[in-house]
Amino acid sequence: MSGYRYLLNRLGWAVLTILFVIVLNFFLFRILPGDPARAGIRDPRLTREAVEAIRVRFGLDRPVINCFESLNPLRFGDCAVNPLQTQFFIYISNLLRGEFGFSYHSNRPVIDLLVERLGNTVLLIGAGEILAILIGLTIGVIAAWKVRTPVDYSALVSSLVAWSLPTFWLGIILLFIGSREFNLPIGGKATPGGGFTSSWEYYRDIGRHMILPTLTFTIVFVGEYMLIMRSTMIEVLSEDFILTAKAKGLRAFQTLKNHALRNSMLPMVTIIALNLGFIVAGAIQIETVFSWPGIGQLIYEAVGRRDYPVLQGAFMIIAVSVIFANLAADLLYSVLDPRVRAE
Amino acid sequence: MQGSPEFTTLRGLWRHMARNKLGLVGLGMLVLAVLTAVFAPAIAPYDPYAPVKITIDDIYAAPSQTHLLGTDDAGKDVLSNFVYGSRVSLIVGFFASFISIFIGGLIGIVAGFYGGWTETILMRFTDIMLVIPDLPLAVVLVALTKPSLLNIIFVIGIIGWTGTARLVRSQTLSVKERKFVLRARAIGAGRPYIVRRHILPMVLPLMVANTVLVISLAILEESTLSFLGLSDPTVVSWGQMLNYAFTRGAMSAGAWWALVPPGFGIVWVVLGCTLLGHGMEQVLNPRLETHHLAVGKGMVARRKETAAQ
Amino acid sequence: MSMAAAASNRKADWSQTGLKMSGGRESAPLLLDVRNVTVEFVSPGNPPARAVEDVSFTLREGEMLGLVGESGCGKTTLMLSLLRLLPAAGRIVSGEIRYLGHDLLDLSESEMEDVRWKDISMIFQGAMNALNPVRTIGDQIREAILRHNSLPPREAINDRVRALLEMVGISPDRKDQYPHQYSGGMRQRAMIAMALSCNPQVLIADEPTTALDVMVQAQILELLDTLRHNLGLAVILVTHDLGVVAEICDSVLVMYGGVTAEYTGVDTVFNDPQHPYTRQLLAAFPDLSRSKEALRSIPGYPPRLDDLPPGCRFAPRCDLAFDRCHIEKPVLHRLGEFHQASCHLVEP
Repeated sequence: MSGYRYLLNRLGWAVLTILFVIVLNFFLFRILPGDPARAGIRDPRLTREAVEAIRVRFGLDRPVINCFESLNPLRFGDCAVNPLQTQFFIYISNLLRGEFGFSYHSNRPVIDLLVERLGNTVLLIGAGEILAILIGLTIGVIAAWKVRTPVDYSALVSSLVAWSLPTFWLGIILLFIGSREFNLPIGGKATPGGGFTSSWEYYRDIGRHMILPTLTFTIVFVGEYMLIMRSTMIEVLSEDFILTAKAKGLRAFQTLKNHALRNSMLPMVTIIALNLGFIVAGAIQIETVFSWPGIGQLIYEAVGRRDYPVLQGAFMIIAVSVIFANLAADLLYSVLDPRVRAE
Repeated sequence: MQGSPEFTTLRGLWRHMARNKLGLVGLGMLVLAVLTAVFAPAIAPYDPYAPVKITIDDIYAAPSQTHLLGTDDAGKDVLSNFVYGSRVSLIVGFFASFISIFIGGLIGIVAGFYGGWTETILMRFTDIMLVIPDLPLAVVLVALTKPSLLNIIFVIGIIGWTGTARLVRSQTLSVKERKFVLRARAIGAGRPYIVRRHILPMVLPLMVANTVLVISLAILEESTLSFLGLSDPTVVSWGQMLNYAFTRGAMSAGAWWALVPPGFGIVWVVLGCTLLGHGMEQVLNPRLETHHLAVGKGMVARRKETAAQ
Repeated sequence: MSMAAAASNRKADWSQTGLKMSGGRESAPLLLDVRNVTVEFVSPGNPPARAVEDVSFTLREGEMLGLVGESGCGKTTLMLSLLRLLPAAGRIVSGEIRYLGHDLLDLSESEMEDVRWKDISMIFQGAMNALNPVRTIGDQIREAILRHNSLPPREAINDRVRALLEMVGISPDRKDQYPHQYSGGMRQRAMIAMALSCNPQVLIADEPTTALDVMVQAQILELLDTLRHNLGLAVILVTHDLGVVAEICDSVLVMYGGVTAEYTGVDTVFNDPQHPYTRQLLAAFPDLSRSKEALRSIPGYPPRLDDLPPGCRFAPRCDLAFDRCHIEKPVLHRLGEFHQASCHLVEP
């Protein structure tokens, strides 16, 4: 498939998936007992202005979707209703405008909350991922090179154990030890009550708060990257062109660097992006344990308070991000592998 | 699957498994966990569901003679909680994964066997479900419904089938093209018959290995959901123990005995599953891992030579 | 024309730089002197499997040696041993591999890496995968050159790459293309270009034409032959195709079950083969001049390395075998100035 057709194909696919998620999101929150729009109106925490806003924004007096007044499939409504006037369409147009509703808890627009928190999550995830990738890939390469030696076996065992640890539990243990033995902060992003005399001090403070959560994140994911790199590398090193490289008299290190590494990176790129789903799961747990003010913690709080608009909005953002990450991985892979770029 | 031994019966699989050390260790770990769960009432010194009268000293009491692993935030014996907690974790893990395996296996076989539009639609659907992140979806689903064990089992089950579906489908595809299947179809064997007699036996061993890994994922998922407060608060599970301990000040109280054992239990079971799963995979796919840059003990290994020419 | 006649005819064709048969093999300088090489493969829990046992041969400048035998007879293993490229389980347990007088087996791995490609290079079976798919052909050739030459200027390297490609019949403009953009035959030719990039004295060609169609096969072999004459290269051609051997080889080493069955000049192999296996091999080969005859195959299967028969390895399938063959391993007997065979029947 030529370059452009491939791009369009993948893009179209991503769009389709997002549509699916949008529809899923819409119906989930309407069908299940916790129907936010209707429950929301009765929720005593909302102010009257907010209730009115919801009524208008979500069009609760309008039919849900053509032919069905509500989601009760047995009760038909008006099929001739203007589809643009249904709740479903209103929902979609709201989404496109970034209108995610209001938080039950704080009455603030959900979108604001999401934007605030997203940066913090990205910071934490970013640091952890970079470390996990660097360390994991390096160990993976070494383990593959020295396959079936004690070096390899110990790396394997460590990775298996690391994979079996529940993320939140690892966080708890590290927090326990870290706060007691090493005087590391017990949570949050920065020391409350600031009083920093310079930006440098502020960043340093954030850095101290990041140590334990980043460490947790790294340990959880390093094992996986190590295992994947190792098996990819072993596969690549079994290919015939490696024997050719060896026959050419290249030193082992040269062969690794110039032949094996390049060819192993291709699958790694895809894996890293495909991992985003798990990264999100890890972020939710880590942010909860360390009270890190990111989207993960937002979800945790929203769950506890049954703050459905926030939950719905966060889920959308996360799902869409993961889908785009996958798309990016696909495209990146096609750029890197000359075989896919069949001119 | 070049070079892998054929297992036409599960018994054949077992015979090979018995020789695989990794798998045996894993199996032993799991058996121990299951026995603990089954004989919980006999092993646990106290009944976690029995009400207790406590004083302030009984909260987060350190390990002692009366409470080998100390007490939790409600004065209950941690060891007993731990032992009983294994039941919930294992039950949820097993049942949820059975749902996943069933759905995944069904989709995989149907997609692989019937091909065409059926396969395309099913696999596209699988791809979509694969992309959507598991934990956020699970959190949303459970949050929207009542937090109960049944809900959790159901939710984990309907989210976790994608890996199995892909695996089963690719295995079905490869079996479908084998000679004996083509012969069966040539003599007019009906599809359900072929699936039952030929495809299923060749797919099952792989599914068994996959099941073990799915179970480990389900147990991790359950413990995470419980920790996040999405499980039935009246039921003792390892995740729930950690939820209480974390949200009710075990950290500041220095009560490591409330924090370590439940996690240890989870790690034990998950590690057991992982080892067993890897062991099974080694048996099903015996590969001698080596490559062109691997160094043997020494390629030039001449013994003392005879007199040179 | 029968193969024997073809082999004899060729004697007259040779150019000056080829092996001077008329003056005897001894006139060309000796490059490789392989003596009594034995190779085993170890596997845990099992006794080691002997893939090559006590094999010896020599190779002189300009000579093309045909290494013939069925699959699994140890040809490739022997060749890999020359460059010490055996897989992790392989062990060279005895013998010497002398190149220009020095035993390669005495070298350290680092020293061996310097010898590889520069003095002895190899092209493998099935060049489809022998080239790295994500790097350009030119890049990979350049890599070889840079490895064994100290930093020549960029222009010089590019010129050399182009010259090499042209030498094997590939348009030099294609040097920046990827392997998947070449056809199978072209890829094999690119491999040859790469193998010659450091001007080695010896080229090992392991079944270079298997998996290529017949027309391309002929081209590749012709190319090898021409290059040999033009560059004074010594070539070891591993093949199971006796027709090819008759066409371009000077000497032949026939292997069976890891041992030398027969080793002699190409002329002698086709006109006066002494080992029963050689004879059966020749008889099995379809000959257009005798097209009315039914195809004759050698019954049975090659021996498994972990289940070798006592005595002569070919005895189970030999039509001339007698009692002694099944008990005692035959020694390699010298039958003439340049003719050896391991069979009890030729014992002088």
